[in-house]
Amino acid sequence: MASAPPLGQGTVTLAARELTKRFGDRIALREVSVDARAGELVGVIGPNGAGKTTLLAILAGVVSASSGEVVGPPHEVGWVPQQPALYSKLSVAENFRLFARLERVSDPEAAVRRMLEQTGLSERADEVVARLSGGNQQRVNIGIGLLREPRALLLDEPSAALDPRQRERLWEFIVALAARGTTVMFSTHDVAEAERFGDRLLVLADGELLFAGTPPELERAVAGGESPDFETAFVRFLRERGH
Amino acid sequence: MRWLFVKDLQILRRSPLLVALLVVYPIAIALMIGFALSSPPGKPKVAFYTQVAPGKSKLKFGTQAINVSKYAKELFKSVQAIKVNSRAAAIAKVRNGQALGALIVPGDIIGQLQNLVKSGVGTPTVELILNSNDPVESQFVQQAIAARVNDVEQAISAQVLRLASTDMRRVLNGGTLNFAGQHYHLLGLRNSNTILRGAIAALPPKSPLRTAIGQVVSFAQLAIDGLGFANPVLGSIGRPLTVKQTQLAGRTTPINSYAVAIAIVLSLMLVTLLLAAGMLALERSEHAYTRLVRGLVTPLRLLVEKIALSAGCAGALALVMSAFVSIFVHLNWARFELWIVALGLGAVAFGALGVAIGAFAREVSGASLMAFLVSLPIAFVALVPSQAVSSAVGTVLGVVAFLFPFKAALQAASNAFTGGAPGIGWPLVHLFVLAVVFAGLARLAARRLAT
Repeated sequence: MASAPPLGQGTVTLAARELTKRFGDRIALREVSVDARAGELVGVIGPNGAGKTTLLAILAGVVSASSGEVVGPPHEVGWVPQQPALYSKLSVAENFRLFARLERVSDPEAAVRRMLEQTGLSERADEVVARLSGGNQQRVNIGIGLLREPRALLLDEPSAALDPRQRERLWEFIVALAARGTTVMFSTHDVAEAERFGDRLLVLADGELLFAGTPPELERAVAGGESPDFETAFVRFLRERGH
Repeated sequence: MRWLFVKDLQILRRSPLLVALLVVYPIAIALMIGFALSSPPGKPKVAFYTQVAPGKSKLKFGTQAINVSKYAKELFKSVQAIKVNSRAAAIAKVRNGQALGALIVPGDIIGQLQNLVKSGVGTPTVELILNSNDPVESQFVQQAIAARVNDVEQAISAQVLRLASTDMRRVLNGGTLNFAGQHYHLLGLRNSNTILRGAIAALPPKSPLRTAIGQVVSFAQLAIDGLGFANPVLGSIGRPLTVKQTQLAGRTTPINSYAVAIAIVLSLMLVTLLLAAGMLALERSEHAYTRLVRGLVTPLRLLVEKIALSAGCAGALALVMSAFVSIFVHLNWARFELWIVALGLGAVAFGALGVAIGAFAREVSGASLMAFLVSLPIAFVALVPSQAVSSAVGTVLGVVAFLFPFKAALQAASNAFTGGAPGIGWPLVHLFVLAVVFAGLARLAARRLAT
């Protein structure tokens, strides 16, 4: 079992200890511990069924762990599900306004204006969400997760089903968030994306945390010499550990 | 919860086709029922050919007569007669679709009837030709004509009995008989008996006539006793049947008002089920359910919001429908507050059932389909009369109807509209219990929405 070592700088904004999740006889997560600091971008990668979504869902408070603990209340963590959780018949501003009110934000209108600005959708505020591109819908989806200005944001495969241009713009937005001090933990199937944007990576397989560290550390952890690219190194890493 | 309510109303406002369908559909049902109840059924066209000569339609019984043409006129109140001049023309009308049937009366029908009455011989026959393309209308024509034929049969038998009874009374008591313009005096058995007894008394004690006249007196007495008994029996057979109606408890609900209650509760059920099931399933289809129940709103509050939304919309629509239908059928406006209670609680129970369906189905299309499929059997089971099926099947249907809100809502609405039996208290309690049970089931099933 590996544990995510704390980085030297910044406040820990997201922490969990020895999380285990069982679905009947199947163990989806085995004693996984994680830490993330302010402004850090943490990528969670692994093959299908590794437990990536389960880990994020437990950290978000959507699913309860069978054992282990999440440090800090879940409502201080923003959560962005993989599929845009929006009302397609409402406009961008109406979606922000609704969730700001449900989140009991002190000044919902100010939160709506702030989020329209952050997502770059001010000019499309009155447009019905169903008419937006997938990338812009994902921006609104993330914007809703940020309405309460959480210390940490959990993104479950945020760039899935986006074209390269939309993906590029989305990552610009996420990187800017981290630059403002928000901790961002994201899961992805795109290993190159994880290498490019993740300050640190968590590698999960069959519910077990196999690695926690920077992308270069992961490449160095692979035995048998240098790999032609990061994806090859990742696949070798999994194979060496029996996955 | 207020903001969720506002959000759902915004979504409904932006789904004009759905809202139009939900509004137009029940109003169309109400309109159809209203017009059907307030308009008399159309008269089917029947070609009519009679070979009976004008003025020859009287059936004579001694001194009295029955005019058969009177019953033909009654028939024409039920059907629209197309008078034709030949049998072939009557058949042609049926063949080319101008008439649903043809009634052909032979020229000797009066003679045949007369002969049957006098001698008991013969089978008087009229001919009915039907168009079999439309079995329902054919049956209607058949029933209308059979009813009129039955009227003629009853009139003849009643007249025969009346005549027999009158003649018997004359034989018994004597009287005056008018025949061919002449008046005849009949002595009667009772008078004859008295006279004969007087004659016996006047005879010498040893007279041989005493025995002979005594035998005649005995016969007359026997006949008097026999006919005295037969006369009231004949009279009772000839008397029309009287139905004495007794209401054991409460008041009956007029059939029109009951039909209106069915239409309105059916619409209430459809709109509430579709709205509640669809709007809850929409939360999952939009992937918003998990985000909502992650600390923003509890699953139970979300279910209550959907029940309130669907019940509010459908209840208001049902009230408007009730007011509209009251143009056609009398509904008791003095009980308006009970309309609100009955339709409101009915809508809440249907709403709870709707969210249970939405939670089980999870997808909007599946939830809508399931709501529609569930609603029809629920209504059907509740509307099957218990006497129409065997007792075992009736018990099963009764139990199934008890488990769903349609029957209780119908009883409550029916009572609210008219004040008819049964009372409104028990149906309201029943609806409340069902609402709680289905909301509980929906809460359990809502766990599936998060996956």
